[in-house]
Amino acid sequence: MNYVADVRALARKDLLLELRARDTLPAMLLFVVATFVVFHFSLPAHSSRLAASGLLWVAIVFTALLGLGRAFVPEREQRVLDGLVLAPCDRSAIWVAKAIATLAFLSAAEVVALPVFALFFHGLRGATVAGMLLADVGICAVGTFLGAMAVATRARDLLLPLLFLPLAIPIVVGGVGASVVAAPGRYLGFLALYDVLFGVLCWASFEYVVTE
Amino acid sequence: MGAVERQYRVPLPVLAVASLVLVTLALALVFFVVPNDADQGFSQRIFYFHVSIAFTAYACFAGGAWKALRHLWKRDPYADLESYVAVHQGIIFGSLVLLTGSIWARISWGHWWLWSEDQLVLFLVLFLFYCAYFMLRFSVDPGPQRANFSAVYALFGVVLIPVSFLAIRIAKHFIHPVVFTSNVTSNLPGSMLWTYCITQVALLVLAYTLYRIELAGKRLDLRLRELRLA
Amino acid sequence: MTTAEKYVTAAYCVIFAAVLVYVVIIALKLQRLERDVDELERRETKAEDDDRETISVG
Repeated sequence: MNYVADVRALARKDLLLELRARDTLPAMLLFVVATFVVFHFSLPAHSSRLAASGLLWVAIVFTALLGLGRAFVPEREQRVLDGLVLAPCDRSAIWVAKAIATLAFLSAAEVVALPVFALFFHGLRGATVAGMLLADVGICAVGTFLGAMAVATRARDLLLPLLFLPLAIPIVVGGVGASVVAAPGRYLGFLALYDVLFGVLCWASFEYVVTE
Repeated sequence: MGAVERQYRVPLPVLAVASLVLVTLALALVFFVVPNDADQGFSQRIFYFHVSIAFTAYACFAGGAWKALRHLWKRDPYADLESYVAVHQGIIFGSLVLLTGSIWARISWGHWWLWSEDQLVLFLVLFLFYCAYFMLRFSVDPGPQRANFSAVYALFGVVLIPVSFLAIRIAKHFIHPVVFTSNVTSNLPGSMLWTYCITQVALLVLAYTLYRIELAGKRLDLRLRELRLA
Repeated sequence: MTTAEKYVTAAYCVIFAAVLVYVVIIALKLQRLERDVDELERRETKAEDDDRETISVG
């Protein structure tokens, strides 16, 4: 029970910070819409609508990267992370809370992005939205974990995309499969598998990322 | 890291001679003894090395992850460096997989790269992943934090291997199916089978030899540095 | 394989074997270096021990 309370408190802190600062979410929204416009210009005349579906996922991954890059910056800059680590809570709670907060931001961005995509390109089916939900969990779980590591290095912003993209490939495969294929069940199942495997791995090893 | 180091049962020169003998034997078998493959002819011989190198690379990554686990869980003081060297060997052999695979693709199908080859695409993803391992490691100052980060990332790598493989397999259903398919002959007749086995063992021994050599070199470097400071 | 191909392949194999002989040489050198560093470390700790004076107490 204590664990849940810790997670709730930490997640609430992140959401409140964003609500007051209002910088990350608007940036993500603008970024994703701008990316869609760029995609319009990068798809030659007779590209299939499937190509646009594929590109949706590229947009989501890179928008998520934008948000993830900033996820741990306040912690590192104001040394909040040291304080959190000293607190008598399970360290993995820090990760869970941050992942939940990032998930909230990404979902909020998608609430705008998906209708805009439907407007610019073509309608979306239920499987795509379901896939997006599952993929978001995976993206946020792995992304916040890697973000915590990246923020402690010298390279910071440069490193997070490099660490994240190879791990994002299965997510993109699952997502595009769910959007495009007639029987999306397999891909949704795969996304769920990814979420479980990497979720457990992140949860078990976050302790080692923030302590020495 | 003091004068007391991990003691190995097999001394390094013995390993080196063993790998020399085994690899030369494997080369001789592959090129002079084994008969030509019925379907693909001479170019199929590269598979003996291609598949062996791939498995060796997986073994290196798995070894790196095992050492990483020992570092995190058992606080083994040598495990961090061993994990790093194992991953380093893994990426060397991984690059060789990409190289040999590319050569085979060129010979067999006329293209330097084939998206239809699952193993090749998997190694491309792993190559990207483990290159990022080095970027991560070198952008943190040496110390317990760097060791922890490397260890955790190495563990992510081994989980990624099967997940990526599955992803690549299911991706084929919507990525435009290419005409070419791979045909690694799964049932190898007699002489081909044990040629493959010998090649596999030879490359594993070679990888382990190189691992031990690199490890010894790095350890010596550390010890000398400590001596200089003392 | 034609005779020419056989010779070319043999040449490559010989080069490969030569590289591995080099690996053996490196392994031997490393072993010697390790022994030397062990010796140095032993001398270092011995020197530290010698530096310490033994003072009788009581």
